[in-house]
Amino acid sequence: MTADNQLDVWEVFMQSKPGANYIHAGSIHASDKQMALQNARDTYSRRGEGTSIWVVPSSAIVASNPEDNGMFFDPANDKIYRHPTFYVMPEGAKAI
Amino acid sequence: MTQQQALYNYALRLGDNSLILSARLSEWCSNAPFLEEDLALTNMALDLIGRAQAMLKYAGEVEGKGRTEDDLAYRRGERDYYNHLIMELPNGDFAYTMVRQLFVSTYELFFFEELQKSTDATLAAIAAKTLKEVKYHHLHAKDWVIRLGDGTAESNARVQKAVNALWMYTGEMFEMDHADTMLLKEGIAVNTDNLKLGWIQMVTQILALANIDLPADGYMQTGGRKGIHTEYLGHILSEMQYLQRAYPDATW
Repeated sequence: MTADNQLDVWEVFMQSKPGANYIHAGSIHASDKQMALQNARDTYSRRGEGTSIWVVPSSAIVASNPEDNGMFFDPANDKIYRHPTFYVMPEGAKAI
Repeated sequence: MTQQQALYNYALRLGDNSLILSARLSEWCSNAPFLEEDLALTNMALDLIGRAQAMLKYAGEVEGKGRTEDDLAYRRGERDYYNHLIMELPNGDFAYTMVRQLFVSTYELFFFEELQKSTDATLAAIAAKTLKEVKYHHLHAKDWVIRLGDGTAESNARVQKAVNALWMYTGEMFEMDHADTMLLKEGIAVNTDNLKLGWIQMVTQILALANIDLPADGYMQTGGRKGIHTEYLGHILSEMQYLQRAYPDATW
């Protein structure tokens, strides 16, 4: 495999409208912050997808290790009492 | 020359400048140094197409002979094109394209700022919309010219070479002819004489940050505004117009 010579990788997060969550849009290459922001804009907001952009160096992201999945996530599977499913849902509440 | 003719020429020239630069930038599609820049350059080409469409549509309306923006784009020969020569020059290397973008977008930053105040409502409206796009084009070009100029010995040399080669094509952007003067009196046109100082100051500042020497003012190329072009425009048009020339009124 040849080395990736296309600058550093940055992760791009877009906000579709003010107040909305920033959602991961994808990644881009750039050598500095300004270039990252411009490349993110050019790559992911060409069709009016966003009103705000965050870029984060991919190297700054700490990711969980797939080998730890058992220890990290499985214990949550059988703890049904952690879900608030025993409450009566108020009528009209949708986003719970 | 009537005011109507002058206004037709004015809108036509602004449209031609956008259309031809757009054709050049779109040649970078799939050829840029990397994917993100490929998108950036073609994005800018699309901004320019939109502007060309608006300007040529208006030119056709002013002319009043029922010609559409497509007629004007695809059915005129090179002697009837009035873009500045700098727009039609081949792309060269990436540094050359970026230096051209810097020279042109810096000019347009000042130009459309003024054209927004035009007494012609259509030109003013197109200018207001264009200005937002131009601000981004300028930022992008400025950052690249500084990055390359202040980069390696090789990238610095390429920027310097491009600046030296393109400098003689910058004078044309500030020319004023009889039609411009006529429209200027009506508050329609921009007095490009007044833009020169701001342009030179901004370009000087950016080139200084890029460690690039400003060329001495020498002979300035001219001709595009009178329909006299370099050998390159004909090739752009032959590619752009082929379909409409070979199959007039073709639709799909």
